[in-house]
Amino acid sequence: MAGGLAAGIALPATVAAQVPGAPAATQEAIRRVVGTARINKGKVTLDLPALVDNGNAVSLAVRVDSPMTEAEHVKAIHVFTEKNPQPDVAAFHLGPRAGRASVATRIRLADTQTVIAICELSDGSFWSGSANTVVTLAACLEEI
Amino acid sequence: MARALVNVPATAKRGEVVEIKALVSHIMETGYRRTQLGALIPRDIIRQFVCTYNGVEVFRAEFHPAIAANPFIAFWTVAIESGTLAFTWTGDNGYSVTESAAVRVG
Amino acid sequence: MSTFVLAALAAAVAIPAFAAEIPQSERRSGYDLMSRETRSMQDDDAANPGMLWVLEGETLWNRKTGTAGRACQDCHGDASASMKGVAARYPAFDSVRARPINLEQRINACRTDRQQAPPLSYESRDLLALTAYVARQSRGLPIAVAIDERSRPFLDAGRAMFLRRQGQLNLACAQCHDDNWGKRLAGSVIPQAHPTGYPLYRLEWQGVGSLQRRLRNCLVGIRAQAPAYGADEFVDLELYLMWRAREMKMETPGVRP
Repeated sequence: MAGGLAAGIALPATVAAQVPGAPAATQEAIRRVVGTARINKGKVTLDLPALVDNGNAVSLAVRVDSPMTEAEHVKAIHVFTEKNPQPDVAAFHLGPRAGRASVATRIRLADTQTVIAICELSDGSFWSGSANTVVTLAACLEEI
Repeated sequence: MARALVNVPATAKRGEVVEIKALVSHIMETGYRRTQLGALIPRDIIRQFVCTYNGVEVFRAEFHPAIAANPFIAFWTVAIESGTLAFTWTGDNGYSVTESAAVRVG
Repeated sequence: MSTFVLAALAAAVAIPAFAAEIPQSERRSGYDLMSRETRSMQDDDAANPGMLWVLEGETLWNRKTGTAGRACQDCHGDASASMKGVAARYPAFDSVRARPINLEQRINACRTDRQQAPPLSYESRDLLALTAYVARQSRGLPIAVAIDERSRPFLDAGRAMFLRRQGQLNLACAQCHDDNWGKRLAGSVIPQAHPTGYPLYRLEWQGVGSLQRRLRNCLVGIRAQAPAYGADEFVDLELYLMWRAREMKMETPGVRP
């Protein structure tokens, strides 16, 4: 996903053009949050089932590797999807009072896709992680 | 009618990081569904969830239609002192629900 | 329970076993076929969305209603004591109606006869909440519907419906749920269809629903004409399904895909 941009340069692997491969709507939603800042890959882990039981309620947990001190903590975690009708899912605002940068919720996924989480640290840097999942429709038609 | 269910440890050690769970009853109508006659059902969702600890905001979440119905959220907070955790959900059409729980920190 | 006791019980009521029935030891709740994430959604009362209905049911249990101005609590006291084991033995034979009735019908009979209140509509929020609250008091207990000479004909009628091909797809319940459980239908795993967790929160519904709602959905799925809520055939089928799931533990409020 990072492509060849980081090759030969002593910088952390970056997500060129913010999130290459993601649809325009998702890129735009991410840009609204991040501005033109570079998004680093790392620190963010998503727990998402590889195959969902039902796209109406998919358990999602996002964790960020951070000491959560006054000096170094996660300010916010933003979650996006690539194939939902709209890309924004949620924004979680934390801070040193959180103690742990870990949030769990249940989300709706319209199709097999990638879920992206971008966190903003207290030093103003942005880090991202993602996970893929397969979403199928229920087997039987239920209502006429 | 019970509309919210919050889970806060009753007691905690000072400085301990504790997990809070909150569940609230809400259809979270996305605004993309249609009736059988084809009319669009308007969006009606919870937009924001705030947790305060003795009046200080310690966690805030903004929800979009992709949050599942009957929204569930689990997050962590440092047990700094005894007191009250207050939870507020606000959303479309003037929706507002509050719930609170006490924690004893020693 | 030992196989000896089960065999003795079966002999005592002389219910013939069908070759196609799932052997007792191989019965699995739909819970076992779900993903880890959905299972933990059911296991954690703080995360189980069905608990929102259970809590509403608790409020209704304590609320005076009807011209008699009586709450369930006024006659039945603390539900965790008085309702313990009740849902596990429903549908139960009702001598007034001279046939088995399900838990929803029992609750409505109490409302009309004792509270002098109008019956709650099937699948209404209030009826689901009350049923979920009552059934929650049986969580962890083994299903134990009583079958005797009075209820046997209804059990047989329920079994006949389970085995009968229906609808445009010409399928019998048994073909999926006895013969092909565990295999996949499109992306979904076919469960054995034991009603251990009802009323349950179904992710597909984004809410709590009754066993009859699920049965109606299945019948629509095979393009069969679904009976109305509360129809005798449905209660007969519920009785058969609960008998088929005897000894399995109640899980209400269950969570299912």
